[in-house]
Amino acid sequence: MIPGISIYEILTITTMLFFIGVYGFITRKNLISILISVELILNASVINFVAFNKYLYPDMLHGVLFSIFIIAVTAAETALAVSIIINLYRQISSVEVKDVETMKH
Amino acid sequence: MNLGYIILIPLIPLAIFLLLGIFNQKIKPSVSGYLCVFGLLFSTMLSFYAAYQYFFESARVNGVYQTFVEKTVWMNFTDTLHIDMGILIDPISVMMLVVVSLVSLMVHVYSRGYMKGDDGYTRFFAFLSLFSFSMYGLVLATNLFQIYIFWELVGVSSYLLIGYYYTRESAVAAAKKAFVVTRFADLGFLIGILIVGYYTGSFDFETLNNPGGSAILNWASTSFMGLSALTWALILIFVGGAGKSAMFPLHIWLPDAMEGPTPVSALIHAATMVVAGIYLVARLFPMYYFVEDGFALRIVAFVGAFSALFAAIIAITQTDIKRVLAFSTMSQLGYMMLALGVSGYQGHEGLGYMASMFHLFTHAIFKALLFLCAGSVIHAVHSNYLKDMGGLRKYMPITNITFLIAALAIAGIPPFAGFWSKDEILAASFEHNKLIYFVGIFVAGLTAFYMFRIYFGIFWGKETKYAETPHESPFSMTFPLVVLALLSLGGGFIPFSEYVTADKAGFEAHIDYPLAAIAVAVGLMGIALAWVFYKKETVLADRFANLFGVFYKWTSDKFYFDEIYLFVARNILFKRVAEPIARFDKKYVDGTMAGIGFKTVWTSQKIKGLQSGKIQDYAFAFISGVVIIALVFIYLWNN
Repeated sequence: MIPGISIYEILTITTMLFFIGVYGFITRKNLISILISVELILNASVINFVAFNKYLYPDMLHGVLFSIFIIAVTAAETALAVSIIINLYRQISSVEVKDVETMKH
Repeated sequence: MNLGYIILIPLIPLAIFLLLGIFNQKIKPSVSGYLCVFGLLFSTMLSFYAAYQYFFESARVNGVYQTFVEKTVWMNFTDTLHIDMGILIDPISVMMLVVVSLVSLMVHVYSRGYMKGDDGYTRFFAFLSLFSFSMYGLVLATNLFQIYIFWELVGVSSYLLIGYYYTRESAVAAAKKAFVVTRFADLGFLIGILIVGYYTGSFDFETLNNPGGSAILNWASTSFMGLSALTWALILIFVGGAGKSAMFPLHIWLPDAMEGPTPVSALIHAATMVVAGIYLVARLFPMYYFVEDGFALRIVAFVGAFSALFAAIIAITQTDIKRVLAFSTMSQLGYMMLALGVSGYQGHEGLGYMASMFHLFTHAIFKALLFLCAGSVIHAVHSNYLKDMGGLRKYMPITNITFLIAALAIAGIPPFAGFWSKDEILAASFEHNKLIYFVGIFVAGLTAFYMFRIYFGIFWGKETKYAETPHESPFSMTFPLVVLALLSLGGGFIPFSEYVTADKAGFEAHIDYPLAAIAVAVGLMGIALAWVFYKKETVLADRFANLFGVFYKWTSDKFYFDEIYLFVARNILFKRVAEPIARFDKKYVDGTMAGIGFKTVWTSQKIKGLQSGKIQDYAFAFISGVVIIALVFIYLWNN
């Protein structure tokens, strides 16, 4: 619990962070940027978990535990995504979404 | 009394049909011929044994022949209304078993010689077996629906066999014609069956034919257009029978059916299948007799009498010997129908019924014999036409004698088989309706005339020069001729009236000497006339034909019935009815469906851009959806 700061401020920050991530996910043309946007979305939720835990149920640790889970899963996901992107780059020398689209055909 | 083995009689030909049909190419022709003949021989022996057991052993109780039925329920509609499959044994079905077996066996034996070397030998025998199976099934049917099923099966086998030479266009057309005409008649039959089922609640012959049963007693319960509904049903059923039995005006298919191989004509279009219509009326005879005091039966009588006369007149002018025989068949079938039509029910009253069955029996034998003789002649001279024949008695003595016996039998000369049955028919019609009697006696004279016309034309007449000298047919063909000739000689002495009668009780039939004398005299007159005209080559016949002028032309063109039907079909049915309907179908029914299809394609082309395949678009759509729903819920929450 941070003195002088209520849960509302924190939630406002995380909401902004979340929607910045969503915006980036939808508009970015670069695979790496999209990946970073996804990280932003996930981090927003991680902060929410910790904040809810601290402000509403300070004597329990569920939220904190969940945030650790999410960080671990995110790490794995990022590793996977980056390896896919590297492979893609080796194949087509590009990490632009419009070049990857040809895969749908 | 155990009659369970009778089920084997139809099943043997069925098994042979399946065997020959499936292994068509793998079976040698000689093997298939023998297989068929021996299979049918077995069926025939069983039939004869069944007849012996039925008529002479234990079937008679207090002088009345009992009916035996064994059946299983096949389709169940309600507790009382169900379709069964089974076998029904009574005097006429046993009699028909004997007739079908006998003629079929003879035709099988004969076909082994006649069809020798033909490409479709095995196919031919397979179809013959199919026919035998269906005919046995028809004869043994226990109810209207079962008889209808086998009725269609004989129709199919008839179609297949008429179109046996399928490379010949006329044969294909004839097969189609036979099928379409009989199918058209069967529509009446089917409607009749449904009406009977609806008003009586039963299809079973036993229930329907019981003179004290509810079906017959309550005939007046419903009336429609001045007649009771059951009378309508019986008339419609008779339409089906008339189609199969080539009664006027549904006779047009029978002469064309002669396109089939001659043994087929003998078996199907002379002896067995065409009598199915008569068998059907006889099968339902108590209904025909008791419902509305026999109104439907009177129609049967008049249609029969008219057909007999009509066909006999046409037969005189035909030059194709098979066609003469075909019209003769039609005429004799008319005889049987009129005999049924003038019959009563009890005891001696039922003379017509018995005479009809008797004539069916004798006619099957001598008409099959006539056809087989004609086949033998055609086999020798390779032509169907009278003008290519003449003086054949020197070359084909056996055929000559057997043909003569058959011709005498059909002309009604004693002691040949036809005399006895025809005499009973004339006696029965004399007792009931003088007009029909006179038609009958006139037809008898005509019959004798046209039959001896072709007899003299083939075996006497002018000396024709043949490209190759005709020779007598092989033993496999003459053997059936001799057997059938012997039966035509002796078949009339069977005391039929003791075995096959309407009330199944049997009575003593006597020859009515004055009537018999008249009939024989008329027959002899016909023969004498034919003798004068055709024994030697004379111009007398031609001059006589010229005397009749237009009438002769009409007759030899079969009164233009084919043309009338063609006109009705082409100019009225096709042009005025079928074509507008077809146009409507194409324009509106098809058009609607096609329009729906086009609209679907058009719409999908318009909206296919929505599915871009870009993950970000989907994500955008998804998130906007979530946001919108969230906004809506928040809005509702606050209110």
